Amino acid sequence: MNDRKLALGLVAILAGGLATGAHAQDTIKIGELNSYKVFPAFLEPYKKGWELALEEANKAGGVLGRKIEIVSRDDNGNPGDAVRVAEELLNREKVAFLIGTFPSHVGLAVSDFAKQNKVLFIAAEPLTDKIVWQNGNRYTFRLRTSTFMQTAMLVPDAVKLKKKRWAVVYPNYEYGQSATAAFKELMKKQQPDIEFVTEQAPPLGKIEAGAVVQAIADAKPDAIFSSLFGPDLQKFVREGNTRGLFRNVAVFNLLAGEPEYLDPLRDEAPEGWYVTGYPWDQIKTPEHAKFVAAYQAKFKDYPRLGSVVGYAVVQSAVAAMKKAGSLDQEKLVEAMKGLSHETPFGNITYRALDHQSTMGAYVGRIAVKNGKGTMVDWYFADGAKFLPSDEEVRKMRPAN
Amino acid sequence: MSFSAIVIQFLNGLAGTSSLFLVAAGLSLIFGVSRIVNFAHGSFYMVGIYLAYSLIEYFGRGSALGFWGAILLAGLGVGLIGIVVELVLLRRIYQAPELFQLLATFGLVLVIKDVALWIWGAEELFGPRAPGLRGGIEIMGRTLPEYDAILIVIGPVILGLLWLLLTRTRWGTLVRAATQDREMVGALGVNQAWLFTSVFALGAFLAGLGGALQIPREPANLLLDVTVIGDAFVVVVVGGMGSIPGAFLAAFIISQIKAFCIGIGTVEVFGASFAMSKFTLVAEFVVMAIVLVVRPWGLLGRPQAMPRHAGAAEERISLASRPLSMAAFAVLAILIVLPATADTYTLVLLVDIFVFALFAASLHLMMGPGGMVSFGHAAYFGLGAYGAGLLLLKAGLPMELALALSPLVGALGALIFGWFVVRLSGVYLAMLTLAFAQITWASVYQWDEFTGGSNGIVGVWPAEWLTSKTVFYFMTLLLCGASLWLIRRIIHAPFGYTLRAGRDSPLRADSIGIDLRRHQWIAFTIVGAFAGLAGGIFAFSKGSISPEGLAIPRSVDGLVMVLLGGVQTLTGPVVGAAVFTWLQDEVARQTEYWRALLGLTIIGLVLAFPQGIVGFVKARLPARLGGGL
Repeated sequence: MNDRKLALGLVAILAGGLATGAHAQDTIKIGELNSYKVFPAFLEPYKKGWELALEEANKAGGVLGRKIEIVSRDDNGNPGDAVRVAEELLNREKVAFLIGTFPSHVGLAVSDFAKQNKVLFIAAEPLTDKIVWQNGNRYTFRLRTSTFMQTAMLVPDAVKLKKKRWAVVYPNYEYGQSATAAFKELMKKQQPDIEFVTEQAPPLGKIEAGAVVQAIADAKPDAIFSSLFGPDLQKFVREGNTRGLFRNVAVFNLLAGEPEYLDPLRDEAPEGWYVTGYPWDQIKTPEHAKFVAAYQAKFKDYPRLGSVVGYAVVQSAVAAMKKAGSLDQEKLVEAMKGLSHETPFGNITYRALDHQSTMGAYVGRIAVKNGKGTMVDWYFADGAKFLPSDEEVRKMRPAN
Repeated sequence: MSFSAIVIQFLNGLAGTSSLFLVAAGLSLIFGVSRIVNFAHGSFYMVGIYLAYSLIEYFGRGSALGFWGAILLAGLGVGLIGIVVELVLLRRIYQAPELFQLLATFGLVLVIKDVALWIWGAEELFGPRAPGLRGGIEIMGRTLPEYDAILIVIGPVILGLLWLLLTRTRWGTLVRAATQDREMVGALGVNQAWLFTSVFALGAFLAGLGGALQIPREPANLLLDVTVIGDAFVVVVVGGMGSIPGAFLAAFIISQIKAFCIGIGTVEVFGASFAMSKFTLVAEFVVMAIVLVVRPWGLLGRPQAMPRHAGAAEERISLASRPLSMAAFAVLAILIVLPATADTYTLVLLVDIFVFALFAASLHLMMGPGGMVSFGHAAYFGLGAYGAGLLLLKAGLPMELALALSPLVGALGALIFGWFVVRLSGVYLAMLTLAFAQITWASVYQWDEFTGGSNGIVGVWPAEWLTSKTVFYFMTLLLCGASLWLIRRIIHAPFGYTLRAGRDSPLRADSIGIDLRRHQWIAFTIVGAFAGLAGGIFAFSKGSISPEGLAIPRSVDGLVMVLLGGVQTLTGPVVGAAVFTWLQDEVARQTEYWRALLGLTIIGLVLAFPQGIVGFVKARLPARLGGGL
């Protein structure tokens, strides 16, 4: 198919889409896909988050004079099924564009699908750096603070401690590998004499925590950098506590301050760890207070980080449509570039350079209060300040 | 590693041994006696942890009596669930073809998972430490958790109790007899039904107990069932089916290897450093492959008695009757004119159905006429898919050529693995295919530079002229249709007859001069080629390929499709693939609890069609018509 035919085809499809839209004249459909059954701990709150944002957007009159509807599908946590449901959303449900996804490989596959089909995709949750850098494309934008950014946010504190011997532990897949690589690179730059004394890469969800803790203790590190989460993290913490690994050792752990992963630890939450996370009950900014109040009123439950991501991704979608003033894919993409809007975490901007949002994260230390893990000494790290230089990004990202 | 580090890692390995053994012991009983491939065993384990958590919360976290009582009660509760499952579900399908029970337990896995989600919620639930055993024991300046020390003792104690039960009681004698020869036990007047129920209940109890005992070490979560089930099967098979001491030995070897891989940490090989802990991803499967190649019946297992067919003897396969051929042409004609009226997504879904129909039919050629059950068929599907993707992106071949070569990649994998596989038989053969599949999966998962690691490869799109969904649909219809015709042709060719002769009577086949192994090896390779082609088409239809393409769930899907359609029929796998793929798509849209709905539907189909869907139809048609189905 040559370009002209393609363009004609696209026009036809768009015209068809608009025609059905005009015919129905009721709602704008947004296609949402996620691995609800594979990662329910994160994604149930996420779903509540987007439901709330959707309700609010429609109460405010929707966009372009129409109400919004979200058609949500389960992608089963694998790229094959994800592309199938994306096809269904586009071709049968005639959605305006796509949002969602959780694991990195699903995010990347859907991102490539979006590029192939020239349709906007706002990746809500995948943390992988590749989705905006090595595999970045015109049609994909990513909301969440990426692996690199979250790692970079922990580095200043890590450098301050001037620890020489570091142990690293990470789940053996892309997220853990990238976090480790980024951490090593950033630390070596600022502290050339740093030494990495051991590296443990247990399979995701199958850590042999006792053996791993013992092996790390045997390496006699001054500090540990970990990107474990979920059941792996909980097992690691319990074994480490029992075996005394964390005595006199500084620990840095990505994501461990998120309620999803912190709450199941209850009073065993490891005090003093440096983490990225979400101290939802302590954030007093007006935009966050408003969000929490609305969330609690609707669901009788407190928000998790997933709730914020789900809420914000719909805000992004709505803002993009408002700014574009149309559902034309190219106009939507242009609108997404440099799009700024309010979220519960303050204002974010989707960078035109690499389509990464500047959403930040909370960095702090874990403490136990009233028998529950919480974050103390935290501050908000603005995502914009923890990205590589524009030069480096350009080198990594393909031209289009 | 220092001496004290070695001692501690050895103790860690022992604690791991007990944990692993407890999961596997129950399965070994069930598997050994009833030959049921019980996929739900991991689910029983998961329910055990959840039940123990709830009971401990109910009794109060501090009480030692409450803690141990909760663990025992959780085990008993799961045993009770086991009894219900056996009575209500499995008992009705013992007469079905071998492996059919696998399908029922697969449905059960889906249902139990969603029920657990509904009862206990999505967040992980971490139980308390054992009261009175919160601390650690100092050993040579290092600390071992007290609870691990208890576990180290509990494993061998349960091994001893089971050994006594099996060797010193009448019940145990009957169970051992049933392991050897079920029908003879029945003929001697033993109530088999009761025996099977009790074995299944004990197996489920042990699974639940194994789970509950992990409560201080493992948070209850919804992924435990799949995490555990693979390990359990490996331990049972490595140890030798039905051998409880074998299971313990296997658990010991696997746990120690893992503990020491972790203990060794990072090693330098040719200047590159490699984290040995990465090997734990696949350690158990490497052990299994080696053990099965060297000892085809596991470490302490004995050669299996020739299994008598549990179901009715398989009917002779005949050529398609005239009305049947006409029906086939009618279906083809509909599929050809369909794009004129159907919406694009229907075509997308049909492409998936064609691909999986080919995948299932290739598996069926091996399982049905070939008599070799594969638990790792996804390996060849995945190899074809990765082969196509890599040839396109890394070798820069045109898409058409990359797709044309995908069967070769699948066949090459099958050729290599097949040489080892055809030397075994029965469940051991199936498990060796699984081991190879997992080793392939782990290699793909780890080899970031070449295969894209856990992310896989994106950008595997078809050539310009195939981007239209309609054109791609026709290409898939052509390739899969031709392949299915070819598979049918192979079954009716002398080669197919030879395979069936070897399946039904290896000894007689041998005595008339058939080199059975060579035929099976060729069949294995052919099957790999078809699966590879299915994988190649799949990769281009999705634009990407990831390690899931050759992971266990894909292999299981293949088995489910074949069994659902009817393993003793020729069109069964195609119908099974269509029904299963369509169901998955349809059900997922209906409810949030779609997994439970899918599971219940499968269980319903299992009970309604114990010979598979096509088997059911076939039994109701006159032989003249149904023979070729």
